[in-house]
Amino acid sequence: MKKSFMLILFLTISIQISAQQKNKKVTFEVKGNCGMCKERIEETAIKLKGVKYASWDIPTKQLSLIINENKCNPLDIKKAIAEVGHDTDMAEAEAAVYDKLPECCKYRDPNTIHMDHSKKH
Amino acid sequence: MLYKSFFIILLSLFVRFAATAQLQIKGVVAAYVDEKEVLLPDVNVFWLGSSICTVTNNKGEFSIPYQKDYRNLVIQHIGYLADTINANRPNLGKIRLRKQLDLEEVVVRKKINPLQKSLFDVQNVVTVDSREMLKAACCNLSESFETNPSVDVNISDAVTGAKQIQMLGLNSPYLLFTQENMPSIRGASQIYGLSFVPGSWIESIQITKGAGNVLNGFESISGQINTELVKPLTDKKLFLNLYANNYERYEFNARYNHVISEKWATGIYLHGNLRNGEIDRNSDSFLDTPLANQVNFMNRWQYLDTDKGWVGFLNLQYLDDEKQTGQLTFNPDVDRFTTNAWGSEVNTRRLDISTKVGYVFPELPYQSIGFQAAYSNHEQNSYYGFNLYDIAHRSFYSNAIFNSILGSTQHKFKTGISFTYDVFDENVNSEILQRTDNTFGGFFEYTYDSLERLSFVAGLRLDHGNRLSTFITPRLHARYSLWDKASLRGSIGRGKRAANIFSENQQLFASSRQINVIDNGGDIYGLKPEIAWNFGAGFIQKLYLWNRTMELSLDFYRTSFQDQVIVDWENAREISFYNLYGDSYSNSFQFDFNYELVQNLDVRATYKNYDVVIDYTSERLQKPLQPEHRVFMNLNYETLKKGEGAQWRLDFTWNWLGRQRIPSTELNPAEFRFDDFSPSFSTLNFQVTRVFSNQFEVYLGGENITNYTLRNPILGSNDPFGPYFDSTLSFAPVLEATYYIGLRYKINTD
Repeated sequence: MKKSFMLILFLTISIQISAQQKNKKVTFEVKGNCGMCKERIEETAIKLKGVKYASWDIPTKQLSLIINENKCNPLDIKKAIAEVGHDTDMAEAEAAVYDKLPECCKYRDPNTIHMDHSKKH
Repeated sequence: MLYKSFFIILLSLFVRFAATAQLQIKGVVAAYVDEKEVLLPDVNVFWLGSSICTVTNNKGEFSIPYQKDYRNLVIQHIGYLADTINANRPNLGKIRLRKQLDLEEVVVRKKINPLQKSLFDVQNVVTVDSREMLKAACCNLSESFETNPSVDVNISDAVTGAKQIQMLGLNSPYLLFTQENMPSIRGASQIYGLSFVPGSWIESIQITKGAGNVLNGFESISGQINTELVKPLTDKKLFLNLYANNYERYEFNARYNHVISEKWATGIYLHGNLRNGEIDRNSDSFLDTPLANQVNFMNRWQYLDTDKGWVGFLNLQYLDDEKQTGQLTFNPDVDRFTTNAWGSEVNTRRLDISTKVGYVFPELPYQSIGFQAAYSNHEQNSYYGFNLYDIAHRSFYSNAIFNSILGSTQHKFKTGISFTYDVFDENVNSEILQRTDNTFGGFFEYTYDSLERLSFVAGLRLDHGNRLSTFITPRLHARYSLWDKASLRGSIGRGKRAANIFSENQQLFASSRQINVIDNGGDIYGLKPEIAWNFGAGFIQKLYLWNRTMELSLDFYRTSFQDQVIVDWENAREISFYNLYGDSYSNSFQFDFNYELVQNLDVRATYKNYDVVIDYTSERLQKPLQPEHRVFMNLNYETLKKGEGAQWRLDFTWNWLGRQRIPSTELNPAEFRFDDFSPSFSTLNFQVTRVFSNQFEVYLGGENITNYTLRNPILGSNDPFGPYFDSTLSFAPVLEATYYIGLRYKINTD
């Protein structure tokens, strides 16, 4: 009796784990250009509750995250990133925020990608 | 199209017709194709702003009627840059067109300074890369600091000439040396160990001032010097280096690396040196530099599997080092332990085996586990005149580290356990001293990064040692960005160590001093372990001045001893070791200025001030042989690289040392005395390197070229078996100018 109870408990826990992962890998595209963008995107993401790891790759524009699904979800992250000026498939930055980005970060203009991109400012 | 060519033909017919009556402008059009001059046919030539044109014939010649209204002729051909020429004479001669090259990309590179001080690192770390290693002749690690302002290179004594380094006004035993983050030069190898690491094996050096981190143990007090060796997977395929100097010192270095597969590589590194010159320029009957030879062999294995997250190293090193010094006439086979002549031999054999294994969780890039283990067996047999000193030191070290995060990568931590085991067997003038030290401990280190202004590292370790009892070691480092390109740093930490009084002060044997160890019931030679606190603060500002980078930094450190083993040289007939009663501290201030004066001419200037005070049993005194003021300047110039990397590199280093207090020699008769203070002096080193290609370079240099030496470095050198013989009070170079020449040859892996 006790054994089967344990088994059921174990099963429910493992189901829960598979549904809500503590270390869930999430990858999506974030528009951006340069090292400054990288810093801004990663900083915004990592400061959100539940985001454990954030790395944005300049050539592929992919943001790789490891998140605790119990504490946050990708949509909230995308919204937060849009608030600092970077577009994703589900959230677009407001013009007022976008316009304040430094010239080299204005990814909506295809020419900016060729601008002088200093890594650290 | 047809219409257009018809029009051109018509036009040229018309021009030709009209030309007969007019002045003709003539010329020949040519270009270089594969470095040969070729005459270009069918080149369009026309007056700028008009439609009057012509084409060149098979010989590249053209002729076009002069036009009053137009001045400039345009010469245009597909694949070449168009040229516009002012037609101010009838025959323009040969006009050479240049090939049009499409530049796909222009990469602007700025070389990183070989000496890097980070703005972002929490600790005060200077990273020295292998290019800096090339600046001095740099035959081994002890010599590689000569162009580095953070570390002072001193000469320990007049007989062995071993170069000792100091930081924050404290001798090298208070520094923690690590090789690839495992404690290395310690115990029996403390004094000569720096010369057991060949310069050409070194990939980079990280010099941390002040309290180190807790990962590598509790022993560091004034700082930590980590050496990274070249790695088989990334090193050159083959490297050869030969060196010779005017005192018959020869060095040979060879490295060979073999990449077995994508994941496995191995390297074989060999170093040999020979010092054969019997030099006595100051005519005191003693050699100015020891006779020596060394064979040093290492085999490294590296494993790297980035997909699965495994990394591993295995190192095997064997060393055989022999030194002979003393009087010129000394022949060890005949004169050893006799009064025929004074002589000394130091023979060392050493075996090192170390391994490192690391695993990075592929799904969690911030999480990893590492394990390090090292075993060494060090045997030194030596005598200095009638003083016999043998030491055997077997050592085992192991450390397991787990890295991960707390919530996010803004909060990282490292934790682990370590175990060390040291067995010492010493024979000091037939007195047998045996000792086994073991320590077991755990540590935790937390790193916070606000990603904006503040970051800090807080570490704590708890250790239990059979001779050191149970104790904690706290260390804290913090960094704060004040404004753009400026950082403020602070650190505090505690260190504890067992002083190996004989091996750390071996030069004492080359004197007639009587050895006193004032036993106070402690566990290490009857003495208590050393405990010190180190506090530091520093500021660094990088800026652009006239478009070139300038770096200004200043720092202040204070090391305060709670317990110390005092080495008391103040009585000229004795050397005494006793535990501190009272105060002992070292204050050090350093100001650095780095600037690129003109393109590729870098200057480094440093001023250092030391206030090192010790309460001896007799009185409170400044630490002997320690200049209060030091000035350092280094100039480095490189020409632009041409072709296959050919360039010239020039380097000058100037060192000025203020006066130093000399331990009292008052007890001696007048002829065996030194002044109370040494004069200030400076030394000048230079090196010129001619790089012929990426594969081959030749260098030539000089050390102490102004020839500043001590005239009588050894007290009582005329009576080495008498009571006044003392070679330990050396405050300036003994050896005159050294000139050397060498070459480097390397083959890169494709």
